[in-house]
Amino acid sequence: MDKFFHSVRIDKDLCKGCINCIKRCPTEAIRVRNGKAVINNKLCIDCGECIRICENHAKYAEVDSLKDMERFKYTIALPAPTLYCQFNNLEDKNIVLNALLKMGFDDVFEVAAAAEFVSEAQRKFLAEKKDNMPWISTACPTIIRLVRVRFPGLIKHLMPINPPVEVAAQVAVKKAMEKTGLKREEIGTVFISPCPSKNTYAKVPLGIKKSEIDLVIAMKEIYPKLLTAMKAVASENYEDISQSGRIGISWGFSGGEAGGALAQSYLAADGIENVIRVLEDLEDEKLDDLEFVELDACAGGCVGGVLTVENPYLSVARLHKMRRYMPIQVSHMSDDGFMDEELEKKSILSFKKDIEYEPVLQMGDSVIEGFVRLNQAERLAKTLPGLDCGSCGAPSCSALAKDIVKGEATQEMCIYMMRSHIADLSKELKGTVGEVRKVPGPGAVAAEYIEKIADRIIEVTDKDGIGR
Amino acid sequence: MDNAIVFEYNVDSDDFTRAGEASSDIKKKLKEMGVSPEIVRKVAIAMYEGEINMVIHANGGKITVEITPKEIEMKLADVGPGIPDVDKAMQAGWSTAPEEVRNLGFGAGMGLPNMKKNTDDMKIDTEIGKGTTITMMVKMG
Repeated sequence: MDKFFHSVRIDKDLCKGCINCIKRCPTEAIRVRNGKAVINNKLCIDCGECIRICENHAKYAEVDSLKDMERFKYTIALPAPTLYCQFNNLEDKNIVLNALLKMGFDDVFEVAAAAEFVSEAQRKFLAEKKDNMPWISTACPTIIRLVRVRFPGLIKHLMPINPPVEVAAQVAVKKAMEKTGLKREEIGTVFISPCPSKNTYAKVPLGIKKSEIDLVIAMKEIYPKLLTAMKAVASENYEDISQSGRIGISWGFSGGEAGGALAQSYLAADGIENVIRVLEDLEDEKLDDLEFVELDACAGGCVGGVLTVENPYLSVARLHKMRRYMPIQVSHMSDDGFMDEELEKKSILSFKKDIEYEPVLQMGDSVIEGFVRLNQAERLAKTLPGLDCGSCGAPSCSALAKDIVKGEATQEMCIYMMRSHIADLSKELKGTVGEVRKVPGPGAVAAEYIEKIADRIIEVTDKDGIGR
Repeated sequence: MDNAIVFEYNVDSDDFTRAGEASSDIKKKLKEMGVSPEIVRKVAIAMYEGEINMVIHANGGKITVEITPKEIEMKLADVGPGIPDVDKAMQAGWSTAPEEVRNLGFGAGMGLPNMKKNTDDMKIDTEIGKGTTITMMVKMG
């Protein structure tokens, strides 16, 4: 699959071609062309900002659907920790876990349980590896994608540990194969996800070659069905099948991961703009005394994902309330049946593949070409109005200038440029009046018309006080 | 140089929140140009230190950056008090920053040494009462 595969898509029928998304996109990946937004897949990092801002609901996350589960003989639900906080007055997450089984999943493995393995691995890692501090967490795929296109100097700081969802899938698959005797392809691991970014990860993973996550379902898709099943479970005697504690479920909100890693000094930033500020500072070596940096693309952490149902801040409050009487950690790497020798040997926790810089923001293939184009773009940008109005379809005048240099846009796409061009043309037109008048016969009448039209165009295009 | 790309920035005095804007912008341009991350890092650090110095000691000033395919030249000019003893100022840990600045975590006396460390050439022209111009150069290759 294309390494630039992404899950955020545009519904052309709903898109009105307004400029909200192009201005909001942190990588300037969107342009409006022929009245519709278009996403540059090389630049999209699946942060979901355009989904949040679009008033016409023309952006959506392309994820799998519950129907896709039919192709598997045995399905395992992998609920994200954020699933537990989508419901009012839920005190015991066992109700959610049992409801998933009632809904038709054959088994359930909590991502929060795998998160506790990952926290353990992170603690070990932080104690041993002091070389590239501060280490940047890699649980949010959007952060890795952002770093690999915009912050190449920080790639070496990415903590090479797989995210909890991948670890959950790997452990769950192994357990299921042992239990059922089924072949790998007959077993389906289904992540119940708060965000589109995880879908992209499952299809084109980072840090490993192939992900063991088979399907990614939107939390909001499963929500109504799950709610019905939960009501039924709550009225019965249900089993305690929970395998995670405070550390595991705290991964759902910003700061929870850093807490589980027991980092001596850490920073946790959430929301893509805040994350970018932190990455800028990291790049300038202003945060060198930190051990660990937790970054979540969504406000509040994973609770803020665009595929969740509940207000993220209410979700955080619920997770805090829910975890009060929980044990600190329930799943340990040394436990039987979980991280046994075989999985240890495969070292499912660590990256198997390096994250590579993707120079998609570069203007040329070489420094010389980049220099020439940047030079052209800078000169061109000075001729543009500098209003960053977005009417040309690019998010800013400098973005348009770069597009023009790359041959992807023309100057006339700027309506201010177009207006001044028309004003010039009408002045030119007016200059012909004298000659036209000399023509015997209709000349005088024609000249009068031309002058009138030219004056009118000049009036509307060249007047002070209108726009720029 | 004729075919250099020139960027100019005004650095306001006493506005710490805006210090760093110029270096951040240059960083973005260099990345777009395809300059190696290591060079970008050096330029960003040297320039940021310079910006902060201008805010702390010199009531702001003007930064001119000239980029060519071969090198990046940063000229930081201020009309501040000047540096009385350049040799001392170049020593790590030597600081004349006022207390309130130190409380913000700046003024540790690493500014000029850090600038020197991250550049291939650095020249300081200073005159007491007139101002200081620091010219730094980072080679591309």
